[in-house]
Amino acid sequence: MLLGIVLAVFGSVFVGTKVSTASWTPGLALDLEGGTQLILTPISTAGTPTSEDINQAISVIRQRVDASGVSEAEISRQGQRNIVVSLPGTPSQETLDLVRKSSQMDFRPVLAVDYGAPVPEATATPTTSPTDGATPDATPSSTPDPSASASATADGSVTGTVPGATTPTPDPSPSATSGATSPSDAAFYLTPEVQKKFEDLDCSDEGALTGGEPGAADAAFVTCDTDGVFKYVLGPIEIPGTQIDSATSGLQVLPNGGVGTEWVVNIKFTSAGTTAFAKTTERLLGLQSPQNQFAMVLDGLVISAPQVNVVIPNGQAEISGDFTQASAATLAQQLNFGSLPLTFQVESEQKVSATLGSEQLQAGLVAGLIGLVLVVVYSFLQYRALAILTVGSLVVAAVLTYGVIALLSWTQGYRLSLPGVAGLIIAIGITADSFIVYFERIRDELRDGRTLPAAVERGWDRARRTILASDAVNLLAAVVLYALSVGGVRGFAFTLGLTTVIDVIVVFLFTHPMMEIIARTRFWGGGHPLSGLDPRRLGAPERTRYVGRGKVVTGPRSTRDEVEDEPVAGRKVPTPVGTGGMTIAERRAAERAAARQADATTDAPQSTEGND
Amino acid sequence: MAAGFAQWGNDLYTGRRSYDIVGRRRLWFTISAILVVLSGILLVKPGLNPGIEFRGGSEFVVSGVEDRSQQLAVDTVQSIAPDEAPKVSDLGANSLRIQTSELDRAESEQVAAALADAFQVAPDQVTTQFIGPTWGADVSQKAVTGIIVFLLFVTVVMTLYFRNWRFALAALVALFHDLVITVGVYAAIGWEVTPSTVIGFLTILGYSIYDTVVVFDKVRENTADVLDQSRHTYAERANLAVNQTLVRSINTSVVALLPVGAILFVGAFILGAGTLRDISLSLFVGMLVGTFSSIFLATPFEVWLREREPKVAAHTAKVLQARRASGEEGAPVLAHAGPVGATIPGAHLGTAAQPKRRRTKR
Repeated sequence: MLLGIVLAVFGSVFVGTKVSTASWTPGLALDLEGGTQLILTPISTAGTPTSEDINQAISVIRQRVDASGVSEAEISRQGQRNIVVSLPGTPSQETLDLVRKSSQMDFRPVLAVDYGAPVPEATATPTTSPTDGATPDATPSSTPDPSASASATADGSVTGTVPGATTPTPDPSPSATSGATSPSDAAFYLTPEVQKKFEDLDCSDEGALTGGEPGAADAAFVTCDTDGVFKYVLGPIEIPGTQIDSATSGLQVLPNGGVGTEWVVNIKFTSAGTTAFAKTTERLLGLQSPQNQFAMVLDGLVISAPQVNVVIPNGQAEISGDFTQASAATLAQQLNFGSLPLTFQVESEQKVSATLGSEQLQAGLVAGLIGLVLVVVYSFLQYRALAILTVGSLVVAAVLTYGVIALLSWTQGYRLSLPGVAGLIIAIGITADSFIVYFERIRDELRDGRTLPAAVERGWDRARRTILASDAVNLLAAVVLYALSVGGVRGFAFTLGLTTVIDVIVVFLFTHPMMEIIARTRFWGGGHPLSGLDPRRLGAPERTRYVGRGKVVTGPRSTRDEVEDEPVAGRKVPTPVGTGGMTIAERRAAERAAARQADATTDAPQSTEGND
Repeated sequence: MAAGFAQWGNDLYTGRRSYDIVGRRRLWFTISAILVVLSGILLVKPGLNPGIEFRGGSEFVVSGVEDRSQQLAVDTVQSIAPDEAPKVSDLGANSLRIQTSELDRAESEQVAAALADAFQVAPDQVTTQFIGPTWGADVSQKAVTGIIVFLLFVTVVMTLYFRNWRFALAALVALFHDLVITVGVYAAIGWEVTPSTVIGFLTILGYSIYDTVVVFDKVRENTADVLDQSRHTYAERANLAVNQTLVRSINTSVVALLPVGAILFVGAFILGAGTLRDISLSLFVGMLVGTFSSIFLATPFEVWLREREPKVAAHTAKVLQARRASGEEGAPVLAHAGPVGATIPGAHLGTAAQPKRRRTKR
């Protein structure tokens, strides 16, 4: 059973090393490996960020970090509202600044579209389109929109309109002095400079999809979409994300009030947004593709660029296209997130040098080793040969813990931190305590005069309850700590909880079965003096005997007390509190023992029983 | 020594040797109260020394330093930020820790570079840490929430397990006692309180309860049918339980304290201030106090509560009265109420236990 668990754990890690990225050494957290960790709290000027906003913020940061070429960055959420970003090694200043940057969303009119990467135009077939429905681009909508909505199809339509074909006609001589007539005034915004930038932009470049740069509010903005498939020239901001009231995703509502089969995203604007959006749609409707599109720019990248089909005066827009349920929900979430501009407050920034990390790991391991050796030595003093079982169980527990941590570090991305190591070391004591509880119970039963197998059975029965109850309390503490904590506390709580569970597994599946086995051996079962389970040493009654005078006696304990141990002088004689006196036989035995002592021969305690 | 210890354990188990722990509860309560009050005073007077995580600020650790001149560190920091009064301390064998108030990013980078330069180490051997002022408050608030949730759970679980709320209350009192004293000791030593320290404090919660549960389990076992007999009082049976688990308590504490002590040693003398040292000190003190309280505070307090229960009070009175009537003077009741121990089959219980001849006036 236990073997099965161990094999399963290590087997899966082994398979993992073969087919995947698993490794035999558990991943180390930043404080042991060196690196940079930032703890950010998203803060909004308008309202409290919801749980979804924070998830969205995490994906924004992830996009930034991944795109900036940092590998193995870890971005996770801790507690209610903290975002922990861990970057290995020493990331550049730019990367760090990028992570901390605030994120916002705007609507901008599209001025020009092209493929993000230099792709032969002939291959511009639907197959090259991204499959992600969240990036619908310029294709004419095939659905007439009854609910007065901006409508766009996601890519994948087989119509011949390919965005790349509509490269803007450069207007080399815009009258730079005159103002723009509208935000869609391509002639004004498409300066040669912008044009050059647009042409040079390669969305497949490293760092091109980093985002984080919202662009100037009143100037043209050149950027890619989040997948890097298309690149855009965008006009100035028309509607800031704050003017979105809410966005939802759902199935399209048909004019007759029924529910259609198409997934759509519904946006509701605030009153300011309604006016602005009405004006925008009115203007865009009259323009040629792609200039009749508006782009939703999240964190400097286009997440969606639907085409306007209708003027929307009431501030309730519907975006349709080849959405799946998931992609529609994603877009709605992104829009909601955009409605709440977040800035990230740095709660803590830690840069750990690799030297310090390895030093700490080494010190932690040394401490663990010292602790382990001390525990082993102490158990040998206390439990003699029985300590072999303690050591064996500790080894099994250690092996199992190591395997589980390696497994978790592969599957769950778990990283062992210094508090985690401390938790493991402390667990040595707590695990060993289970054995102590168990052994003490067995000894209690031996003292009551049971044979070893019976004592094991009964002692186990009682110890089991105690071990389970106390481990439950421990686990409870670990779970509460884990659920309510951030940072280092989490690592500690995790290892503490893990080792508690492993402790139960080991006690039930290894220590107890082994105890039952060794209870049948001659060495332990026979109560060898060094076995730690010597009934005589434990003061167990020999056997209940009838000693005459209507008296039944339970072994000549007082006699043995005199004889058993070597240094008689200076030893405290236990004061009998009871009322039972010595029997004549006992007295004689004591006399004999005293005589023997005078002869200064050291006898084995077994041979000195005074039975008559 | 071990043999003597085992013999001592036997005597405790059989009740041949018994320490009157429950009976002298007034003494233990007094000691505990004094310690708690003392800790309270320590918490106010020197108070806890909040670490940088709770104050907010910047911290630099330069590792691999040959010459640990603190003045050099101070000068270096002040060359960048003239108003700073950095706190410099040694860390481990060859590291130096410099704490300042909050520096902005540019300054912080400059200081790190300047420190690397001044101490002639590679720039990546300088660890920098910046902690916003609200971070610590966040952690402590979480810790407080954690404590409250944990206490609620534990109360429910223990009440269910022992089927008596008095056990839970006694365990909580012991827990409170442990926590206050540990924090008090921490204040007295004056080490900085970091989140690691808080981890230690929180772990004590679990450990203290754990320790108490094991003792209480034995108490419950011994007193399960206490009302069905009239030889021993509840207090005596509970006292026997404490004595019987004494060996386990000592073994457990030693075994738990050894690894913690090892970490404390390594943390304090080899690594210097840091996660390991902070966790282990609070754990070390907490476990020590926790062992004390599980033996000397929790059970006596539980007995004190139980003796207020009408059933138990009546039973105690009955037992004592019967004992007095049979002529066994019960001056200090617990001290010689016959062997309060595991009954040994066939053992003689004294003439008082013999059947009396019925005296009939006829």
